[in-house]
Amino acid sequence: MHEKTLAELSQALQSKALSSVELTQHYLKRIEQLDGNLNSYITVTAESALEQAAAADARIAAGNATALTGIPLAHKDLFCTQGQRTSCGSKMLDNFISPYESTVTQRFLDAGAVSLGKTNLDEFAMGSSTESSFYGPTRNPWDTDRVPGGSSGGSAAAVAGRLCVAATGTDTGGSIRQPAGFTALTGLKPTYGRVSRWGMVAYASSLDQGGPMARTAEDCALMLQVMAGFDAKDSTSVDQPVPDYSAGLNDSLKGLRIGLPKEYFAAGLDAATSDAISAAVKQFQALGAEIKEISLPNAELAIPAYYVIAPAEASSNLSRFDGVRFGYRCDNPADLTDLYKRSRAEGFGAEVKRRIMVGTYALSAGYYDAYYLKAQKIRRLIKNDFMAAYEQVDVILCPTSPTPAFRIGEKIDDPVSLYLTDIYTITANLAGVPGVALPAGFANGLPLGMQLLGPYFSEARLLNIAHQYQQVTDWHQRAPAGY
Amino acid sequence: MSLDRTDVEKIAHLARIAISEDEIPATTAKLSGILDLIDKMQAVDTSNVTPLAHPLETIQRLRADEVTESNQRDAYQAIAPATEEGLYLVPKVIE
Repeated sequence: MHEKTLAELSQALQSKALSSVELTQHYLKRIEQLDGNLNSYITVTAESALEQAAAADARIAAGNATALTGIPLAHKDLFCTQGQRTSCGSKMLDNFISPYESTVTQRFLDAGAVSLGKTNLDEFAMGSSTESSFYGPTRNPWDTDRVPGGSSGGSAAAVAGRLCVAATGTDTGGSIRQPAGFTALTGLKPTYGRVSRWGMVAYASSLDQGGPMARTAEDCALMLQVMAGFDAKDSTSVDQPVPDYSAGLNDSLKGLRIGLPKEYFAAGLDAATSDAISAAVKQFQALGAEIKEISLPNAELAIPAYYVIAPAEASSNLSRFDGVRFGYRCDNPADLTDLYKRSRAEGFGAEVKRRIMVGTYALSAGYYDAYYLKAQKIRRLIKNDFMAAYEQVDVILCPTSPTPAFRIGEKIDDPVSLYLTDIYTITANLAGVPGVALPAGFANGLPLGMQLLGPYFSEARLLNIAHQYQQVTDWHQRAPAGY
Repeated sequence: MSLDRTDVEKIAHLARIAISEDEIPATTAKLSGILDLIDKMQAVDTSNVTPLAHPLETIQRLRADEVTESNQRDAYQAIAPATEEGLYLVPKVIE
């Protein structure tokens, strides 16, 4: 059963060839057998999953099912789920039982999807390897000595290891696309504002965006259909009609203009990834696309600007964790300041504390213009680069990361080298444009990822292009050995 | 941009994060490394560029000033570290 895609399983459920209870039991058994090694889940909600599956079977029998009814999913553990622990991979929220449901997970409940549990992540989504979680690192099913990427590494490992059909992730600087690239998945970061952020614990509010992670573009289309849409509870949610993301999947790519940004194929890019993308370029040409070299001249400023904006917003967002209203509280505080300081020192891990401190510094008196304002000006330059590029081409094709998955422990003590792994993904978050990552090949058994970036609200077109590529390639059909 | 121990102690205080004597050298080195990375921004002239706060540059939505939410105090205080009679408890602030 777990060999099948979401679209195939949806058909099997609707035709009653399979029940959701059987399917859910199958996945729960796989999690029990295989997740001890991968550590992709923080919490498995077996009991409620089976209740949801039984309800889904009843809904299918009653004839009012959706494409997602009865499909076992997993959610990144920073989407609040009512009555369940929502930890954000942090000791700070180890005891946090969410009193409310996020909009994204509520939409999946309304669609009749099953939730198998909550997946591991870098603490508060701050990382690119899922090693900074309080619950230990997640392993990559393609090579368990290696990271699955991050921060949505638990979701990536769970989908790649066939421990759920598809999963939710969030992408602030590449946290859906980079792990998708490391695990041979298809993952989509929507346009900023397309998916509600309500109930998604905030890291950097002007960059955070939830999206789907699945095995195929077709599956991502089905997931995004549930997730996308206006939400009055999110002040930056965009009130625009949601198209049918599956309707155009089979459209022809004839005449499609694809841009290759020269800055993304310069020094530092792994040769195997570069070769895989060259081969993909040929496939796209055979499908009727025209290829053009373009330039994103300010791309190299993206990482410096991101590491001001994201920590600055994080330092503000994470000030709510004060040991008073919820979350971790230190023992025997001497006074209120001691309560704040020790609860935060003991509750947060090293990387989260570093980013809070960088952000605090950037926002402190006298430094605002030199850091935050400067970074916002660079953000405009990066957005302008994209807008100029989209005058010449329809989409941009580039790698998701400079190398395939690196080894666990390889970069964790050197934050700057870890930050540089997000060099190709961060620009899309700063500009707010959507991007889809998909597998482009393998080298020494490790997946190689590429991404397509499009103009605002071009998700349907991006999924169409990815789907067409997946009709003529089989990278996305490969499974890691033993899974 | 290189920080010294006094800078790090000040930042940690502003962030309300306790920092021990042992942690200061490594924290100072790592924060200085991150600030060196960030300082690459200063190479570009942005004097005529308008800052961008929101990628779509939309205007903040407004709504009528009406009560839309009900009181959830009991649900929210159920997960608080310490409460009494509907109040959150903290160490004594005023002697």
